Amino acid sequence: MSGSLIGKSVLRKEDHRFVSGKGRYTDDIQLVGLTYAAFVRSPYARADIKSFDVSDALAAPGVIAVLTGEEVAKDGLGGLPCGWMIHSKDGSEMRQPHHPVLAADRVNYLGEPVALVIADTQLEAKNAAELVMVDFEPLTAVVNPATASQAETLYEAVPNNLCYEWELGDEAATEAGLAAAAHVTTLKLTNNRLIPNAIEPRAALAEYNSGTDEIILHTTSQNPHLVRLIMTAFVQIAPEHKLRVIAPDVGGGFGSKIFIYSEETALAWAAKKLGLTIKWTADRSESFLTDAHGRDHVSEAQLALSADGEFLALKVKTVANMGAYLSTFASAVPTYLYGTLLAGQYRTPAIYVEVDSVFTNTAPVDAYRGAGRPEATYLVERIVEKAAAEMGLDPAELRRRNFIGRDQFPYQTPVALEYDTGDYEASLHKALKMADYNTFSARQAEAEARGKLRGIGLSCYIEACGLAPSQVAGALGAGVGLWESGEVRVNPTGSVTVLTGSHSHGQGHETTFAQLVADRLGLPIEDVEVVHGDTGKLDFGLGTYGSRSLAVGGSALSVAADKVVEKGRKIAAHLLRTDVDNIDFDAPVFKMIDSNESKTFQEIAFAAYVNHDYPSEELEPGLAEKAFYDPLNFTYPAGTHICEVEIDPDTGVVEIIQFVAVDDFGTIINPMIVEGQVHGGLAQGIGQALLEQAVYDDTGQLITGSYMDYCMPRADNFPDFKVGMTCTPCTHNPVGAKGCGEAGAIGSPPAVMNAITQALGGIEIDMPATSEKVWRAVQTMPALKTA
Amino acid sequence: MELKQQLVIPRAVEAVWQALNDPEMLQHSLPGCQHFEQTGDNAYDMTVSAKIGPVKATFNGAIALQNLNPPFSYEISGEGKGGVAGFAKGGAKVSLKAVTESGEPATQLSYSVEAAVGGKIAQVGGRLIQGAARKMAQDFFTQFVRRLCDDETIELVIETIETP
Repeated sequence: MSGSLIGKSVLRKEDHRFVSGKGRYTDDIQLVGLTYAAFVRSPYARADIKSFDVSDALAAPGVIAVLTGEEVAKDGLGGLPCGWMIHSKDGSEMRQPHHPVLAADRVNYLGEPVALVIADTQLEAKNAAELVMVDFEPLTAVVNPATASQAETLYEAVPNNLCYEWELGDEAATEAGLAAAAHVTTLKLTNNRLIPNAIEPRAALAEYNSGTDEIILHTTSQNPHLVRLIMTAFVQIAPEHKLRVIAPDVGGGFGSKIFIYSEETALAWAAKKLGLTIKWTADRSESFLTDAHGRDHVSEAQLALSADGEFLALKVKTVANMGAYLSTFASAVPTYLYGTLLAGQYRTPAIYVEVDSVFTNTAPVDAYRGAGRPEATYLVERIVEKAAAEMGLDPAELRRRNFIGRDQFPYQTPVALEYDTGDYEASLHKALKMADYNTFSARQAEAEARGKLRGIGLSCYIEACGLAPSQVAGALGAGVGLWESGEVRVNPTGSVTVLTGSHSHGQGHETTFAQLVADRLGLPIEDVEVVHGDTGKLDFGLGTYGSRSLAVGGSALSVAADKVVEKGRKIAAHLLRTDVDNIDFDAPVFKMIDSNESKTFQEIAFAAYVNHDYPSEELEPGLAEKAFYDPLNFTYPAGTHICEVEIDPDTGVVEIIQFVAVDDFGTIINPMIVEGQVHGGLAQGIGQALLEQAVYDDTGQLITGSYMDYCMPRADNFPDFKVGMTCTPCTHNPVGAKGCGEAGAIGSPPAVMNAITQALGGIEIDMPATSEKVWRAVQTMPALKTA
Repeated sequence: MELKQQLVIPRAVEAVWQALNDPEMLQHSLPGCQHFEQTGDNAYDMTVSAKIGPVKATFNGAIALQNLNPPFSYEISGEGKGGVAGFAKGGAKVSLKAVTESGEPATQLSYSVEAAVGGKIAQVGGRLIQGAARKMAQDFFTQFVRRLCDDETIELVIETIETP
């Protein structure tokens, strides 16, 4: 039976719950004695707090308590830390301003929380929050990252607002490559700032049991163990064993729910301080202001090429906006998740990248679907396409000439990573075929006859996923090891409970992980239950981000399942009065090799718990096994995306005619789920390319603070995606999986923008390519030939 | 946000100037004004409720009249706080010019407004502010002119000089 579930599009076990309204999200939880919190936030991007006056709020109906930044300071709570240390070129440590749970004397971004009002109802809490009088004295805000290092200093300990000045690669070799080049292509670009927009806003419910001195925090988290670790070890609201964190059903995260925020922390602290059970659910306006934003890079790059199009060197200078404080993983995003990916799929022998990260009076910026890798891919794939146009080469051919060949793995890039496996030519070939690339010029001519502009754009992306391994991550500055835990717990009747440190918030782990374990043990998938998201039930885990769940968490379960089989063989040998070596597991049956006697998995499970005659020195009762899996390397999903657009020159509207995504995710457990992940990623990547942008005005007011002004993609912005797969299994994990969660958002933006650039005859515009921007670009083009 | 507009009032400059400095006149012309109190020479405290897009808020603020050049011009500056709705601050330059209309003495009133908003108003109503400001100006001057001329049937025409 083994092998019968891998690669099958099993319907998602969790969907019945979700589509029938039986999901249990944080805001759904009702407890006796529930009270509600509302936060008081700064209406200024930067201001001194002169005083708090909470008397009117305290006197308002239903109000139980008002806590301000002053109480946070009095209780000596630690700040919210950033978990990844980056060193500057000169060896100095990155500069990290104190990030208070609630601000007491200075606010540094619009929407920063300064006080918390707790009342009997949500409405009373919100109304009373309006009565908290905070005397703000506004200060000049620093908003533009490109000029932040020359602006007024925001923090005494952070000269020039520079968090760090980081570098990677060989500068001398890169300069030599540029000097020797027959052609140098230069490119300046902005990677537009994005707001995550998970469908479920952040929420928290904190309860305190004075009898046991335990806090239980239910919250919208992608990694509940990290929440517990940071709130206890760093902020110190309670000892670690007195805080239980539960992340129940969570409606989307895209990175924004990895981080440890002020609101959830303040709620857990307040619950214990006041002995209350308190709930808070962000409204959409709060999500816009305070969920960590994504991207926000300004870059310049030079690509050196030989006369026949061989890449000689790539030099990149990037300014990355960190926002007002360093969010949990912020420092790693524009460095080790960005600079290390600048080799792309190519043999470029010399690469040098400098990244200046700056503080501004804007919301903190951190990982958002792809996290650094979309920024790297956007830069590499835009400049490669531009070089092809400048040199008069077919962009597919230029890429092919520079690909790392399938026989060149493992391949050490000049920017730290060693790719284990891949076949870039295969995915390019398949994508070109699916897109009818060879006949594009006929379609372009036909469009031109109708007065329309057509363009086709390629993107050959690579990403580093399966965020781990601990040794590498640690050497690069990660504050925690990046392995994952898993347990396969066989119940006496032979059903299986699978516990994982990964967390599902839309990815379908309850199905994929059940498929993996059921397949290994030869059980029906209905007999396998996946448990996740509760520090009270699970070993320490590291959660879900960076497309790591199957590659790392799934591998842990694979190893744990192997251990269950080994233990089962011992039990079978005991029951059958033979040697372990004489037992073979032919899932789901343990068989004697030299006879036809056997025991079923269910018989072994039952015997494991109820037998009376174990040789106790050699064999423990029970059948439950754990594994902590720490991979040897990242995984490297890669592929080719092709976008074909048609522009109406009269309106500037861009229509995506077709979008082809061919991805190599290694071994695939559930193709339907993978395709869904690709579709979601493409929607977000195309949204970035065409529609989405977070804009602050020059005083730091967020003027795209609602769906009236922040444009989310809708179904009618997309064609029916053409999705294809190639497969080179990951060489170093037992599943062979590479990760698929982010690829769509990484590969698609450059494909869209390359297509638009081609349609506009080479005129470059920055994302998002709104109809206004495109129309203005069209006005500068030579007159169109119209039919 | 910037707004430059002008209108003609069928009254002499001196009468218009006097009305523009009459707290009661201002209070009754200002849409949503709940409270208006003189706190010093040319300084007033006020409470105004306003709706900008989806945000409705009551602003507590103060305004001051400066650079008075009777009867031809003055400047208004002010700041209002609307709690969680955010804040608004800004100023207006108002100038009067004697003209004739149908042979009668009249006044051409022109003004330019600059305003900045913050907090929720900017977040969700940012692009509606221009429209909201125009409407507020239209309502204010309509009431103002009707009271001044004691004629409730006047339909005021306001001309926009420049749209940024």
